[in-house]
Amino acid sequence: MIDQLLTLIWTMTKIMIIILPVTIAVAYYTYFERKVLGYMHSRRGPNRVGPLGLLQPFADVFKMLFKELIVPTNANKFLFLLAPLLSLAPALAAWAVVPFDDWLVLADVDAGLLLILALTSMGVYGILLGGWASNSKYALIGGLRAAAQTVSYEIAMGFALVGVIVLAGTLNLTAIVEAQSGNIFTWYWLPLLPLFVIYFVSGVAETNRAPFDVAEGESEIVAGFHVEYSGAGFAVFFLAEYANMILISALASLLFMGGWLSPFSGIPVVGDTFLGEGGVHWFLLKTAVFCFLFLWFRATFPRYRYDQIMRLGWKVFIPITIVWIMVAGVFRVMGWFGG
Amino acid sequence: MQAVTRYLRSLMLLELFRGLAVTWRMGLAPKATLNYPDEHTPWSPRFRGLHALRRYPNGEERCIACKLCEAVCPALAITIESHNREDNTRRTTRYDIDLFKCIYCGFCEESCPVDSIVLTDVGEYHMEHKSEKVVDKQQLLAIGDRYEESIAANRARDARYR
Repeated sequence: MIDQLLTLIWTMTKIMIIILPVTIAVAYYTYFERKVLGYMHSRRGPNRVGPLGLLQPFADVFKMLFKELIVPTNANKFLFLLAPLLSLAPALAAWAVVPFDDWLVLADVDAGLLLILALTSMGVYGILLGGWASNSKYALIGGLRAAAQTVSYEIAMGFALVGVIVLAGTLNLTAIVEAQSGNIFTWYWLPLLPLFVIYFVSGVAETNRAPFDVAEGESEIVAGFHVEYSGAGFAVFFLAEYANMILISALASLLFMGGWLSPFSGIPVVGDTFLGEGGVHWFLLKTAVFCFLFLWFRATFPRYRYDQIMRLGWKVFIPITIVWIMVAGVFRVMGWFGG
Repeated sequence: MQAVTRYLRSLMLLELFRGLAVTWRMGLAPKATLNYPDEHTPWSPRFRGLHALRRYPNGEERCIACKLCEAVCPALAITIESHNREDNTRRTTRYDIDLFKCIYCGFCEESCPVDSIVLTDVGEYHMEHKSEKVVDKQQLLAIGDRYEESIAANRARDARYR
């Protein structure tokens, strides 16, 4: 009995150790986004709350939490309140199988990649339910768009991951990273370059971020699925979206960029110093770079039209991934790239 | 053949990379925004802001109640009443400016023979109640006393163009 209790407490502690930094990272990701967008617009971004505006995220959080939570009269109250949680839970649960270092992982399961695929597609149910339960035409359209988009890009994303699985020969994330070890050119971004690009672009589409943010589409449907949400409900949707973005960035660095492996290992002089050592800092650095890419895309690209999104997903990405899975199979059979 | 090269070129995402380069460059470029309450853009000495009534260095008010400003005001924002003071000089008993009517054209300042009514370069002021829109003589004189230094400096800077 005591043993079970201790295990429970220990597991809860480990969960908190992962969830808390992720939540704080989300808070500062919003700050970072506003700064990056501001700089790319020749503005300064938030700089009033605290030094350099660093307390801005907390000001936002408290503002959100103290606002009234309005439930529309004709909304389905239960689903309306459940939807934000449904979109947040998978985004946080997926972190359970993400290895930060070769020893630093909460659950080192063999089908980790499969679990992540399943959980990232779960997130759209929260959006769809939120859109439906609001009983508002804009929210419904936004929710449906999000669902259609996620279904389309899920396929391309899954195929892109199949390429990784073919080369690594495993679904365990730790093993996938270890299969990439060597130097920067044995990481999977090089042999799987088209899949890498497609994976990341599909990731942007999966999280409904610009330029694939038709689910929000301010100019057409106000705010899309979260148009009726206020206060804490909106904050949770916001948290889920950014947690998903960080998750996609973390996965991109794990699957294609060698996770915690050092880019300098295997290079004659630099590789022998501390720079050649792998470690959690490399993983965080790579994730941060991908997070920055999300914001850079948002600052640069105008929103896709809805039919263009569908065309890109079905007629460009899926054919390319199918071709490149076969190429990856050839790599595997010939024994190039780790094999 | 042309179709094939076009297809391959579009696969290389060249336009997208060009767009990314533009935003990257802009991200590093100097920022156009000023930290407004802490920093200001330079203001012209001719800026026409809040009104003020000036005094001579000995403390005597300049205004002689000639009512030229009242006559020239295109918005009828100025109201003046006058009387003869004990020393038999003509002075105003009432000098009201309705800030909501005023269009800040500066004609009052142009018309004033003794440089009494002036527009200061104070552009940042507000009222908390509708009744505060009419500023009376005492308030105008107080504004003049408070900003006399900058009013005189601005007039001096602009003197050769007048």
